[in-house]
Amino acid sequence: MESTNRQITTVEALNSAMADAMAFDDNIIVLGEDVADPEEGGVAGVTHGLSTKFGDHRVRSTPISEQAIVGAGIGSAMAGMRPIVEIMMMNFATVAMDMIVNHAAKLRFMSGGQTQVPLTIRMATGAGLSTAGQHADYLEAWFAHTSGLKIVTYSSPAEAYGLLQSCIFDNDPCIFIENFLAYAQKGDAPEKNLRIPLGKANIVRPGKDLTVVCYGPQVGVALAVAEKFSGEGIEIEVVDLRTISPWDKETVLASVKKTGRLIINHEAVRAFGVGAEIAAVVQEELWGQLISPVRRVGAPSCPVPYSRPLELAFMSSEQDLEREVRKTLE
Amino acid sequence: MTSQDIPNKEILVDMYKKSVLAKINDENARRVIMNGSLPMIYYSPRGQEIIPAAVSVNLSDEDTICTIYRGMHDMVCKGVPLSELWGEYAGKATGTCKGKGGPMHITHPSSGCMLTTGIVGSSLPIANGLALSYQIRKENKVCVAYFGDAASNIGAFHEALNMASIWKLPVVFVCQNNRYGEHTKFEKATAVTKISDRAAAYDMPGIHVDGNDPVAMYQAAKTAIDRARNGDGPTLIEAMTFRFFGHVFGDQDGYMDKGEKAQAMAEDPVPKFRAWLIEQDYSSEQELAEYEAAVDKEVKSAIANALAAPWPDMDELNIDVLAAAQ
Repeated sequence: MESTNRQITTVEALNSAMADAMAFDDNIIVLGEDVADPEEGGVAGVTHGLSTKFGDHRVRSTPISEQAIVGAGIGSAMAGMRPIVEIMMMNFATVAMDMIVNHAAKLRFMSGGQTQVPLTIRMATGAGLSTAGQHADYLEAWFAHTSGLKIVTYSSPAEAYGLLQSCIFDNDPCIFIENFLAYAQKGDAPEKNLRIPLGKANIVRPGKDLTVVCYGPQVGVALAVAEKFSGEGIEIEVVDLRTISPWDKETVLASVKKTGRLIINHEAVRAFGVGAEIAAVVQEELWGQLISPVRRVGAPSCPVPYSRPLELAFMSSEQDLEREVRKTLE
Repeated sequence: MTSQDIPNKEILVDMYKKSVLAKINDENARRVIMNGSLPMIYYSPRGQEIIPAAVSVNLSDEDTICTIYRGMHDMVCKGVPLSELWGEYAGKATGTCKGKGGPMHITHPSSGCMLTTGIVGSSLPIANGLALSYQIRKENKVCVAYFGDAASNIGAFHEALNMASIWKLPVVFVCQNNRYGEHTKFEKATAVTKISDRAAAYDMPGIHVDGNDPVAMYQAAKTAIDRARNGDGPTLIEAMTFRFFGHVFGDQDGYMDKGEKAQAMAEDPVPKFRAWLIEQDYSSEQELAEYEAAVDKEVKSAIANALAAPWPDMDELNIDVLAAAQ
């Protein structure tokens, strides 16, 4: 990807993606708890400055009312606006599941295409901050199981910028997943108005021996493991899904066809996760061409624990991926 | 109430025509279910027609509504065309939603019917969003959220009223209190005796009105819609009414007190309104009878066309799930 060498944080990237989009299109509004500047521009400051720049009619701090927040996003999107709704933590989206699953996702189909919901719902999550089981879940598989939503996440500040811009200007409801721990991560600044196409995966590192499919902060984990194995003469191909649903089957299947080996690595609980769907499709399409069983790295089947050693054990680590790589290479 | 708030003759006759359109359409819906020519899950609004008739004569073509599964009367009063409505009831390609939504999910934006939801309470937060867009874009439009008494006990109602009030959204919340939520009596499920009292908690006017009284209902709707349009914020209207055919059409009303339904049906608001219009000399037996016959003919023709219409193509399973590539 083309970029300057200027370094920015993920928070800065997300903030400028929204600011640049809002400057371009008056239909873009921001709704969410604490998002306006008097409330400090969001708990992590992702929306800082937007209400000052674009006015408090377009950037509104809301009551703690997730159904009303998402509902306001849906209704205004149906009227032709492009709302960005912030649900502070992904777990809080559970309070608004009716709005997201029964309405945002389905209104295009159920209206026979007469209405659409070009809504972006940003939500942060992730273990590692000792916030335990109600503030740290990765629930992407829940959303991916509902047709009509696009589920998107990023692996660097520039990717965050380009993918968020694409979600904002997309005509479908997008669930945009942010990682709390990675908010401070720095990386190359993107080109202004960069839009990364949705539905297209990115081969972050090419390799011939084994494919690792991942997304979000796990891309960094996979790259570190790939680097380590490279020293042993094993070349791992790292595929960043970018869009979790609908996922880029073409790129993943082409990669696994080449390497014959696949591991899917995500932070979400392993059982019934996104990895299970990808593994199933790969074995249906490439049965006979696989050198070893498709494996998955993910969290154990328990809520995110609080205690630091338990939390570290819960999170998908480089060691977990390395162990599965060795099994797959056997 | 000032005298100018009393609707003139033309408005009253228009209101009656809207209410009887819904009544005749409902009679035909129950007829085709019973004779087996068009079986469907149907939530009859029979008995509640005066409410949306009175609301709709106060709305412009550009104003919008969000309604619920028991919302046929709301839809036809707002102008959803019968041919497309019946196409959708029949699950045909000619339906409002190409047969992909069905009776509980009629959408027809060109007549202002933006949403029909099958989820209790969910019309309110989405109506807020439509109203928010009118406010931000400085459009002189109003959105009406229709819902039943039971919806006032779900979280979405409270979240939506609070948000609409703090932002002074141009929205009107019209609760059609038909005295039952599914099979449970309103009084058994609701802590207040008047849902309109709940408006006070959100610092907005609450109007308790006999939804079967055309003039009172007209005045309530006009007051609330004018207030919303003038930028003064939302109103909660509780319109008292009764549903004549249970929760889902075909239920046996075993949960109702004996005589309750018979008494309500004896006071059927639509023929009562009709008799009053003639008595006041606002209309004539002949004018109304001609209109009713024409409507019945139009409904029957819409049904015949819907039954003869093609089914949706199988490709429709893959269309409108996501946007076509941009």
